[in-house]
Amino acid sequence: MSEERASDRIVGIDLGTTNSLVAYMEGSQPVVIPGVDGSNLVPSIVALDPVDLAAEHPRTTVTVGNSARRALIETPDRVVYSVKRLMGRGLEDVQEELKLFPFRLANDIEPGEVLRIHLGDKTFTPSEISAYILRQLKRNAERYFGAPVTKAVITVPAYFNDAQRQATRDAGRMAGLDVLRLVNEPTAAALAYGLDRANEGTIAVYDLGGGTFDISILKLNDGIFEVIATNGDTHLGGDDIDNLLLAVALDEILNDHGIDLRPHADAIQALRKAVIEAKITLSSESVAKLDIELPGGLRYQREVPRDVYDQLIQPILTRTAGPCKQALADAGVTPAQIEEVVLVGGSTRIPAVRALVDQLFELAARGKKPHTELNPDEVVALGAAVQASILAGSSTTEELLLLDVTPLSLGIEALGGVVAKIIQRNSTIPASATEHFTTGVDGQTNVAIHVLQGERELAADCRSLARFDLKGIPPMTAGLPRIEVKFLIDANGILQVTAREQRSGTESQIEVKPTYGLTDEQVESMILDSFDHAESDFEARQVIEARLEADTILAAVEKAPASPAWQQISDHEKSVIETARKQLIAIQVSGDLQAIRAATTALDHATRNFAEKMMEAAVSGAMRGKTMQAASDELTPATEIEAPHPFAPAEFK
Amino acid sequence: MSESPYSIMKLDADYFKVFGLSRSFALDTTTLERDFHRLSRLLHPDRFARASVREQEWSLAATARLNDAYRTLRDPIQRTEYLLKLEGLQIGEEHAGRGKAADRQPPPDLLEEVFELNMQLEEMRMNQKMGESDPSLQADLTAARSRFESLLAAVDSDLAARGAEWDSGDTATREKSANVMAALLDRRRYLRNLVRGVNEVLAV
Repeated sequence: MSEERASDRIVGIDLGTTNSLVAYMEGSQPVVIPGVDGSNLVPSIVALDPVDLAAEHPRTTVTVGNSARRALIETPDRVVYSVKRLMGRGLEDVQEELKLFPFRLANDIEPGEVLRIHLGDKTFTPSEISAYILRQLKRNAERYFGAPVTKAVITVPAYFNDAQRQATRDAGRMAGLDVLRLVNEPTAAALAYGLDRANEGTIAVYDLGGGTFDISILKLNDGIFEVIATNGDTHLGGDDIDNLLLAVALDEILNDHGIDLRPHADAIQALRKAVIEAKITLSSESVAKLDIELPGGLRYQREVPRDVYDQLIQPILTRTAGPCKQALADAGVTPAQIEEVVLVGGSTRIPAVRALVDQLFELAARGKKPHTELNPDEVVALGAAVQASILAGSSTTEELLLLDVTPLSLGIEALGGVVAKIIQRNSTIPASATEHFTTGVDGQTNVAIHVLQGERELAADCRSLARFDLKGIPPMTAGLPRIEVKFLIDANGILQVTAREQRSGTESQIEVKPTYGLTDEQVESMILDSFDHAESDFEARQVIEARLEADTILAAVEKAPASPAWQQISDHEKSVIETARKQLIAIQVSGDLQAIRAATTALDHATRNFAEKMMEAAVSGAMRGKTMQAASDELTPATEIEAPHPFAPAEFK
Repeated sequence: MSESPYSIMKLDADYFKVFGLSRSFALDTTTLERDFHRLSRLLHPDRFARASVREQEWSLAATARLNDAYRTLRDPIQRTEYLLKLEGLQIGEEHAGRGKAADRQPPPDLLEEVFELNMQLEEMRMNQKMGESDPSLQADLTAARSRFESLLAAVDSDLAARGAEWDSGDTATREKSANVMAALLDRRRYLRNLVRGVNEVLAV
């Protein structure tokens, strides 16, 4: 791959409530790029590291993903998850969330202001937290390519409003990413599925994730993916099931043992972890067991049969039916006209969800099954990679084009607090509308416009998007100025407003100032460590990461002789491994990136046969009635890495 | 594809010109959709992701124009309203707020029926408030709904007929049928609000 191509490289990112992923189009196939731990999913968890006061320049560092999981129980006041629920929202929007999630908001937030969350003694906006997740994904991709990555497509729930979309785009910028497009998650999923099938006809994408629900109806026609209608709920997902199960468990513990765990953040996190495991078990088993140690040597033991669980979660799942019916009605199709249904999001693994989808779209009755061939956790990221390839102008995707819609109607507040709709929901984007305004008082130079998003008749019932202030109107008699205001929803679903005064003859500059979200200057000040951009700093970081990688493999090789598999390899192999090991130790201290990588790869190759032997031992361990995990735990105590090298090295040049 | 995207889209063209059509009420929506897809492939911002900022802005404006045009023209009612506005007629909600709009007043020939319906709606709302049910009233309202729905359908076919008249007529005919269509649109909006009102009450 030439240098020029490398700078054009665009990755696709699924910034999820529970997990986030980065993917890339490799040839004609989208692939997920794994992290250092070899896992495709980066849990959307951000923990503030303890500050090293001994350091010369103490600075804020964070841990993201699986490594931050431990902090959930150890330092719950320094960690945050499900932050997507707070993106683009104000204090007045999140009261319900605060009852269910351990978000510690700063206590001086004014209504209408961007939220700030406490981690330890520092505060961060939701966009900043998301930026840390994005930066981790960016690094994973850079590690994979061995080159900087600066351009991305990021997915958002289709039902995200303007403010939520802006907050997501701001997060990208803070992470040092040029966000070329925000793509709706269900649409991305359709792209991932539509890539290699004859595509004609009408399909539905049912996307139930960790925190959001979307339903989209699309018409496929010769490479054009045209969204006809979309609907959803940006606060409905697996999180709600977890919270329900958690609340039930807390109540039962209080009733049975008289212990109220609610004030104990660490105990709640442990309990949350247990109920999530039970939820996952119930997707494949008919019963799940909860067994949790309580203070004072007591235990909370409970069997949850599938039918009890199904009944418990039914009210949550039923909330997806309304949006589905509305989307079908808006699209002007009956369930029987939907040819295929695609399931997206981890929560669609729940059998009761599948039963509901089957019933809503009359699938079994028509001899059909929903599409689940692609991993529901990965399909959105894969689709984002396809869209990235479309934007890059790659030949494999040149026939594809996505035509998406705006999920919510756009309106302006008229006399008496009613909303005058100017762009209807489900309009294909980009979409625009032009309105005219005038002044009410002689010499008036300002006009305020209140823009709203939503379907209700009264402004008070819609989501207030912004109050735009048109400034610099030439002073004239009341009613004389004719200010033309153009509202344009761009391909990202984000509103742009421009205005000009037509009567005065002079093309006067009307300043349009939105009153919500972060200003450009604020975003600028929140951009994460600027070294992400600089080429020389990038090199330095690559060296640090290469050394860490070398450390990982050296640590694994050091433990190798203790493994039974060590006895199964020849003395010759052992000496080759030993030579490669010494070589790597010697080179590691140098700052030579290529040499460190070459030596790491050499040691990895030398130990490949041994790694296979060790894997076989792990599998036979499992066959003797142990789990694979237990077997590998025994083999390599104190580390989760099964093979010496956690992840096949990327092609480095 | 040899068409240059810049030459095919004039940003100030009317919606018909966007599709290379002359003004007409009758329109083949299958062809319209095909042309919409063809033009989208040429104009869409996705095709300009690597272009200059100026070209990107142009693509955004052109695609918005294309989408606005397609959304308006593919729906027969929106198309009729748009074309009548192009012809200089004042349509419906435009003059709302400046005195009582024509679509807020019952059409004279329906005065009695509308009065009767409003009485029934009021009675039904009272019943619902008291938690009572009156099956015969329910049946009356359901019958009234179908009656007004069929009137609505009649308006639509009248509109189509007048549209065809305009499409093939001379200047004098055009002026006459345009005025009739403007009145039909007012009637249609009134009937639609009426049906919506009945639906709301029956849905409780």
